Parts: sequence; C-alpha cells; structure tokens
Amino acid sequence: MKQFAFLVRRDLSLAFRQGMDSLMVVAFFVIAVVLFPLGVGPEPGTLARISSGVIWVAALLSAMLSLERLFQTDYEDGSLELLALSSLPMEVTVLAKVTAHWITTGLPLIIAAPVLAVLMQMETEGFVILIVALLLGTPSLSLIGAVGAALILGSRRGGVLLSLLVLPLYIPILIFGVSAVDGAIGGYEFKAQLLILSGFFIGSLALTPWAGAAGLRQALE
Amino acid sequence: MADLHRFANPTRFLKLAGYIQPWALAVFLISLSVGLYMSFFTAPADYQQGESARIMYVHVPAAWMAMFCYTIMALASAVSLIWKHPLADVSARSTAPVGAAFTFLALVTGSLWGKPMWGTWWVWDARLTSVLVLLFLYIGYMALQGAFDDRVRAAKASAILALVGFVNVPIIKFSVDWWNTLHQPASVVKMSGSSIHPSMLWPLLIMAIAFKAYYVWILLVRMRSELVANKVRILRLKQVHGG
Repeated sequence: MKQFAFLVRRDLSLAFRQGMDSLMVVAFFVIAVVLFPLGVGPEPGTLARISSGVIWVAALLSAMLSLERLFQTDYEDGSLELLALSSLPMEVTVLAKVTAHWITTGLPLIIAAPVLAVLMQMETEGFVILIVALLLGTPSLSLIGAVGAALILGSRRGGVLLSLLVLPLYIPILIFGVSAVDGAIGGYEFKAQLLILSGFFIGSLALTPWAGAAGLRQALE
Repeated sequence: MADLHRFANPTRFLKLAGYIQPWALAVFLISLSVGLYMSFFTAPADYQQGESARIMYVHVPAAWMAMFCYTIMALASAVSLIWKHPLADVSARSTAPVGAAFTFLALVTGSLWGKPMWGTWWVWDARLTSVLVLLFLYIGYMALQGAFDDRVRAAKASAILALVGFVNVPIIKFSVDWWNTLHQPASVVKMSGSSIHPSMLWPLLIMAIAFKAYYVWILLVRMRSELVANKVRILRLKQVHGG
C-alpha cells in the first residue's frame, strides 16, 4: 500500500513538474467540443440535443490521446524494468499508474465539463448527472486504456494503433454515459445507466490490471 | 492433454492437415451446393417477407461464424499464452482475417436484408452495434499483429487483446434478449426448441455446415502456408549465417 501511494505520488509529481501534459489534454477537450457549435451551427436547440454526446465523445478522445504516454516514458528510460524487478506486483504497478493517469487527465476533464455544457446550451437538469456519469465513467476509460497502452509498447505507429485497440472497447461506456445524461434532461429514469457505469468500473477495476500487467510483462521480455 | 501435445508438433500437424484438408474441401463444396439448391428452390418463400427472406441462408451462418471464429481465436490465444504452443499462435493468427471476413459478410447481408424489411440499411440497435464492434476488434487484432517486428511479441500482445475483446461475444449473443431491438430474437437455438419450420431449418443448417467446412479448409491452408513460410525463413537465415 505504501509503495502504491509512493508510485502514485511519483507519477503525480512528474506530471506536475512537466506541467503541460494534463493542461494539454484539457485544452484538446475544450477545442474539440468548441468545434461542434462552429460545425453544426449555433442554434441552441440543436446544440442542446447533441450536447451530452459531444461532451462524452470529446472526453473519450482526450482520455485516449493521453494514454500513449502512460507507460511509454517509463518504458523508454528503463524505469519500467526497475518497477518490474521491485517487490511490488505488476498488477499494483498498473493500478498505481492508472490512478495517477486518472487524477492528471480524468479529473481535469470532469472539472471542465460543466463549463463546456454551458457552451453547448445543455439543460441545467443534466449538469449533475453529467458530472456523476463522468466520475463513474472516466476511471474505466483509464483502466481499459492501460491495457492498450501496455500492448503497444515498442510497436510501430503506436498512437494510431492505440485508438484502434481502445476505442471499440470504450463504446459501451459512451452509450450508457450519454443515455444517463439524456435521461436526466428528458426527465426519464437514469439510475439504471449509472448503475451499469458503476458495474463497468468495478468490472474493469477487477480485470484490467491483470491484462495490463500481462501486457507489460510481455513488453519487457 | 498429452494427446493434444502430440498434435502440437508442427511436422505431425502438417501431415494430419494434409489428410483433413481435401475432405474439408469436399464437405464444403457438397454442402454448399446442396445448401444453395435447397435455399433457392426447396425452401418456401416467407409468408411475410417473400423471396428476400432467402438471404437468411447466408446471413445467419455468416453471423454464427463471426462469433465462432472469435471464440476460436480467443481460445487459441489462451492456449498460446498458457502453454506456449507454437501452433496455437499460428491458428489464432490465421483465424483473424477469416473471422473478419465473415463478420463483414454478416453485416453486408444484414444491411441488404434490412433495406426491404426495415426500410433502412442500418439501425443503431444493440445487435448491429455489437457486431460492428466485433469487426473493429478483428481489425485491431490484425493491426496489432502487424505492428511488431518481433513475431513472438506480436503474437503475445495480440493474444492478450483477443482475450480482452472476448467480453464482446456474449454481449452479441444475448443483445437481442437483453434489449428490445429491431433485430429479431434468437429462433434457431433456444431452450424451448427451435421455432423455425423444418423446411427452412434444414437449408440453414446445411449452409452452416458448409461455412464451418470452409473455415476448416481455409484455416488449414493458411496454417500450412504459414508453417512453410516459417521453414523457408529459417532456411534463408541458415544460408545467411553460412550454415
């Protein structure tokens, strides 16, 4: 547990000292969403209708963009091999890196989301559920993404390949995340979708560290 | 298990594959011609859908094969990760493009069938979406296979991916039961017995046998050519190193 906390702190301080990384993810998120009013036209009705979907899709893409660096820098400078040699199980290492990744990318996205929801003319009923759904959904994005990030280590064309591997697996989270927000706005039931999102989170929390660790082990062989 | 290991020997496998391959081809050709004849001439036209329901005899077996191939791929991947059988790698790698082709065929025929029946080429319901995801998973698997210079790494990485993506297969199978979709629910395989009339069931099953036999045949062709290609590569390497 102590090593886990230490690893998270190490990754966080690395991210903060390099500074720009998580800011860039948020900037991408904002720009991607802002493109839509310019693309589809500024009618409030149209924007409000697509707001939840656009915000979720942009969140998916920005979470995915930051994944490539999740293990890459440690893989290149050799610290990943040191981590593999330490007494810490590889699964815990993956979990620690995912936690740090979520704090540096998932959390800023959630903070930026309400502002973007205002820009997209979303009905105020949806705001709270949007934040709750993102809180439940983005950790799963980081967890599933970690598997993809581990698998592409040392491959050619890592970034594009990563999107091909990870985005299909993100689709269920997108579907239920959007339908929870739309449900809250339309006045329908949305508890079930939130429960399913929590289910995805718990399921990926239990399973993806193993797959990610297996991916890292084969990358280090 | 010991018996299985016996056939993990590539030389023995090549010999066995040589015996099976012509038989698989024969079964494929015979059942395909019988199945096509039955589905075009002896099977009745559907009382609601008319003649266009005949596309079912290609669509349904293709969709079964799409899931079957992924299951085989995931099983072979698990075997290759756990027991490190060289043949399991080869069979998983050889299955992927075949499975992707069946998935594509199922999507295209479904779309052609959907236009006259549902009035649209495509709907975003659970069954269609999950099969589309399956196609993406196949493509991702093949892309990952091709992304490494080291073949052992490629095999391991894509084996892990195949196992992770396997969660999608039960979702496809049960999508029509869990959600209320435009796609019709299962009618051939279910607990209360098949709800499809024998005059339509038989051509369907014979076509399914044809597709399975085709898969066995093409899998053996692909595996044999891959093993031979490996041999050629090793011989070349030997030449280069002055062996």
